[in-house]
Amino acid sequence: MSRSTTNWRTAGLLAAAGIALAACGTTGGGTEGEGTDDGEGGGDCVGVIAYIGPLTGPSANLGINIVNGSNLALEQFQEANPDCDVTLEEFDSQGDPAAASPLVSEIVGNADIIGVVGPTFSGETAATGDVFAEAGLVTVSPSATNPDLALNGWDTFHRVIGNDATQAPAVASYLTGTANAEGVFVVDDSSEYGAGLGAGVVESLGDLVVGTESIQVGQTDMGPVVTAVNASGADSLYFAGYYAEASVLANQLRSGGWEGLFMSGDGTLDPAFVEAAGGAAEGAVLTCPCAPADEEFAAAYEASAGQAPGTYSTEGFDATNVLLQGILDGNTDRPSLLEWVNSYDAEGITKHITFDETGEVADVVVYQYPVEGGEIQVGVPIEQ
Amino acid sequence: MQLQYVLDNFMSLFIGGLVFGSLYALVALGYTMVYGVLQLINFAHSEVFMFGTFATVWALYLIGADATTTGLALVGSLAFAMVIAMIISGGVALLLERVAYRPLLKRGAPRLVALISAIGASFVLSEIMGLRGPIMAALGLDDEFDRYVASSRENVGMPLDRTPTVQFEILGHGVTNRDIIIVVSAVLMMVLVDQFVRRTRIGRGIRAVAQDPETSSLMGVNSTRVIQVTFLIGGLLAGAAATLYMLQVGITRYNAGFLLGVKAFTAAVLGGIGNLRGALLGGLVLGVAENLGAGLFGSEWREVVAFAVLVLVLLFRPTGLLGESLGKARA
Repeated sequence: MSRSTTNWRTAGLLAAAGIALAACGTTGGGTEGEGTDDGEGGGDCVGVIAYIGPLTGPSANLGINIVNGSNLALEQFQEANPDCDVTLEEFDSQGDPAAASPLVSEIVGNADIIGVVGPTFSGETAATGDVFAEAGLVTVSPSATNPDLALNGWDTFHRVIGNDATQAPAVASYLTGTANAEGVFVVDDSSEYGAGLGAGVVESLGDLVVGTESIQVGQTDMGPVVTAVNASGADSLYFAGYYAEASVLANQLRSGGWEGLFMSGDGTLDPAFVEAAGGAAEGAVLTCPCAPADEEFAAAYEASAGQAPGTYSTEGFDATNVLLQGILDGNTDRPSLLEWVNSYDAEGITKHITFDETGEVADVVVYQYPVEGGEIQVGVPIEQ
Repeated sequence: MQLQYVLDNFMSLFIGGLVFGSLYALVALGYTMVYGVLQLINFAHSEVFMFGTFATVWALYLIGADATTTGLALVGSLAFAMVIAMIISGGVALLLERVAYRPLLKRGAPRLVALISAIGASFVLSEIMGLRGPIMAALGLDDEFDRYVASSRENVGMPLDRTPTVQFEILGHGVTNRDIIIVVSAVLMMVLVDQFVRRTRIGRGIRAVAQDPETSSLMGVNSTRVIQVTFLIGGLLAGAAATLYMLQVGITRYNAGFLLGVKAFTAAVLGGIGNLRGALLGGLVLGVAENLGAGLFGSEWREVVAFAVLVLVLLFRPTGLLGESLGKARA
């Protein structure tokens, strides 16, 4: 019995391999053909950049911030270089790894696309990194901050933002240094991003942690968490997750009688958090390795997008610029653009941008954004 | 396992469970009644509830209630919001019956078709709410209703100050006015519906159709009317549950109905689907079990515990805890 099963398996594997080979053959042929067309038709400064991330769905705000930043970078680029023909194609993953995978196949299969801004979230980045690496298509994420992403050996992976491992120590030094916390409760949302950040914060805080809980994305009843927080005697709470759950949690903690300091990370740094949490958001402190926009950028952004810049707008601008400068330099196919990004070394608007071998940006600053008077205030660097 | 923690905080977890359990129970009643009469699982009932949560918030916007509203004005605004939510949810439930079910049942479509129709209607209702901004923009009304339709896919918060005050203590845990309001009004409404079905003429009609639709229509029961009333009662209770939910949770979203709907349906099955008292019992048992489970194993095990309880109960009592159908309920 077992022997015949093995045979069937082998046969199945062979068949699958055959199909895969055949598919590769077709795609390869297509790529070559289109490449030649481009060479004949356009000048030296031609290319398509893809954005992948949420544009609709529950986490759409963050993606829209990024894509507006990207579009602004592209507009300024086109103004400065009218001879260039660069376009940005947007792919809406809703931030969902399952939805991102087929989109990434589409991006990789389109030979015109030579660089990618994104993916936006850590979950979708983890799910699709292999595909980008295999295709040799360079990605620059403005916002995927899970530390493990850089450890996969993907040559194509880059991010212009500090990872959660850099955020966690900053959170700890804010809690101990500025807030004088004596007991911290850490809650994560079980997502790729939340679990990673939460674990980092727990590790950095050490003995100060008086309790931990995990919730689910989409959960609305935080009753057991509120009970646990109240029972633990914590004077501060750090929530590692996104704004949708953060607003629910903050709201229920406050109405459950807990009066400590509510802190959360970059996933919560969004006006929608304050809007939905209402009074419960007052006094909250949000940390983020993302830089606030200066006045000049804010004005240009507002003129272009029709709204004020938000979390990751500046990083979206920077990530796009890295790719645009490469295309301007004449790197109009995938291998040369990848090479360009790997050796990039220039000043961005958020920080000095240069990547190490794993794709991490060298220069990292973490900011804290207090919520006061019903609004998120301008970020201040956390001293470590 | 955190046995000591559960023992120390037993009352807090227990009462939290009762509060959520009574919300499950109110919504479960809608599932159970429709099932009792039509043998149909109305999967769109969760969206009926979701419309109620938005109706609650909009009603409060309408009368200008905000965080500064206190005392009698607060009670009055909440009562007004609940009435509006019940009307809206009842209306959506009736519309659902008219559009998604009646045409099918009239043509004698199999139950499976009605089930698919229910799932479809659920998506339609949820997406209409999620796309209300673009829809109003297309109608050119988005400026007038900006506060109602802005950022349609985001969380929408209750404009009131919902901070509860502790009324008395049981075993060291403070029971708040909010806990009392939710549990008492939920149980009260369920008792009313139970009595309505048992004692009134229409109630007798509901039981008759549940037992045997053909014979009861031969006996002169207007089954279309009975089905309408059944949907209406389910909708009204879902609307009331929605206001109580907004009082407790404070935040809603276009897809907020889904998870609560699954839980309420589970509660209905747990108590015995088609059984009114079973819905109440099932809701409370489910709420308490999952809260204690969350305390014992950590929040991430909450759903696991809830569904493990369901499987265990169904293993020993395949028809649920009370296991009696609507038609067989004694008068």
